[in-house]
Amino acid sequence: MSTAIPQAADPAAPDPAAASGAPATDADAAPAVRLLDATASLGGRPVLRGIDLTVRPGEVVALLGANGSGKSTTVRSVIGAVPLQRGSLELFGTPLGRFRAWHRIGYVPQRTTAAGGVPATVREVVSTGRLPQHRLLPFRRRDRAAVDRALAAVGMLERASDGVAGLSGGQHQRVLIARALVGTPDLLIMDEPMAGVDLDSQQVLADTLRSEVARGAAVLLVLHELGPLEPLIDRAVVLRDGCVAHDGPPPRGVGQHALPGHDHVHPHADDHHRSTQGLLS
Amino acid sequence: MTEMLQYDFMQRALIAAVLVGVTAPAVGIYLVQRRQALMGDGIGHVALTGVGLGFVFQTSPVWMAVLVCVLGAIVMELVRSRGNQRGDIALAMLFYGGMACGKLLVSLSPQAGSSSLESYLWGSILTVSADDLVVIGALAAVVVAITLGLRRQLFAVCQDEEFARVTGIPVRLLNLLLAVTAAVTVTVAMRVVGLLLVSALMVVPVAAAQQLTRSFAATQAAAIGLGTGVALLGVAGSYQADVPSGPAIVLLAIAAFAVFSALAAPLARRRHRARPADGPAVCDVALPGQQDGRRTDAPLPSSGLAQ
Repeated sequence: MSTAIPQAADPAAPDPAAASGAPATDADAAPAVRLLDATASLGGRPVLRGIDLTVRPGEVVALLGANGSGKSTTVRSVIGAVPLQRGSLELFGTPLGRFRAWHRIGYVPQRTTAAGGVPATVREVVSTGRLPQHRLLPFRRRDRAAVDRALAAVGMLERASDGVAGLSGGQHQRVLIARALVGTPDLLIMDEPMAGVDLDSQQVLADTLRSEVARGAAVLLVLHELGPLEPLIDRAVVLRDGCVAHDGPPPRGVGQHALPGHDHVHPHADDHHRSTQGLLS
Repeated sequence: MTEMLQYDFMQRALIAAVLVGVTAPAVGIYLVQRRQALMGDGIGHVALTGVGLGFVFQTSPVWMAVLVCVLGAIVMELVRSRGNQRGDIALAMLFYGGMACGKLLVSLSPQAGSSSLESYLWGSILTVSADDLVVIGALAAVVVAITLGLRRQLFAVCQDEEFARVTGIPVRLLNLLLAVTAAVTVTVAMRVVGLLLVSALMVVPVAAAQQLTRSFAATQAAAIGLGTGVALLGVAGSYQADVPSGPAIVLLAIAAFAVFSALAAPLARRRHRARPADGPAVCDVALPGQQDGRRTDAPLPSSGLAQ
């Protein structure tokens, strides 16, 4: 299970379902994400070299790995933003090309500091998450109520009419998560939700995630470290140099790495890997 | 002031000014949001080739300009969306090529007088004919329908393109639609402010309005109101003072930007005073060991912020 996958991608990897201990009731439901033997490159440089990634309904999967290991590219290929050169991607059992049920997916991109050139309020930004529901129809009362609920869930309701440009990093991240929650998605995809987020906001995010998981949503998280989300995570997929290096229970932090607030500069792979560093950098 | 309304050409000029004052900021706000404020300028350069083609083939320069602008805007959008590192070079080629080509074509045309080209470069709102007005009105209606009717979709695409894709809206189509709409707006505004100043009316009212606003919707409404106001005032003022209308409109818009910028700082301070939850403005925490006597002094450089 945890042997290093060779550079030439091997599609005959063991089915991760066997290792994850997914509830039997979910066995017949289509996986929320099924990425098989995915290869992709950015600017001619291969970034994914044959990734297998499955997220079943109700499952919380953390994608770990060093900088440049392909975590962000993997989630960006899951949402169709990075085209696959080889391999296949199914969302809720439908191939990406035919997938239309975008309302089932909530996406939290990696937070960027570049705000738009025009001011926008928290409510306006969160309302864009409701587009799959109201489409070309006017924004109705139930859409507005959904926006209120999502803002309340992350504790930003009283800042609804404030401009997003004046928010702190943690508050901005809460807004992006509210935007993803506003359509009550069945699958949440989050790219580094804890990066640069203050402790208060980290707690809010962990609580929000917990209630989403309790509601039955599947979650795919890109993380630099397990941190406060660790108790929620069912399975960890560790990437190394564009390949899956580990797929199974989340690796436990030891020693100083286990201390709260410790900022990891490398992922924990299991003991079979002597080193997880020195990748592409 | 009212006697100018008796002239047909002034009535047409004022109607054209309103149409441009509404459409240019309505589109421009999306370009500003995407930090493409100068795209309108680029389209204006390309439009010159269309005007030149109109001169050569003796057809309507406006329709030729619409055609060439739309093609140019689509090329610009494709270059942008590919995220090509040489993208700005490609755009520069398009801009300068469009301008040079336009001048060359006009000089080859039968009516190669420089005065006729001048009217497109700087605008000549007083020569707007009734037929022109119909064309401008129809194009303006399309622009307003798209920019206001699809404002949530366009806002989402310009705010965060990757997220917009995950909401399932047709991002590529909307980007192309926005580019085409911007191109149409440039040709609508061409007669009023001229190709060289078109971009100003798309950008300056938005920049001025956002000095005082916090939401996108308010910025768009204020920018359209401001654009209409300066367009009307500029045309009326240019009639009174006998100066060209295009530069008058643009200078009025820039004056509004200056006034709004001056108002912005005191307004922001008042908003902050209205929110006491922000806590004290200066540090009120003394470091350990300094509690005795020195507390009332000015805070030391090393003292931290109150938690």
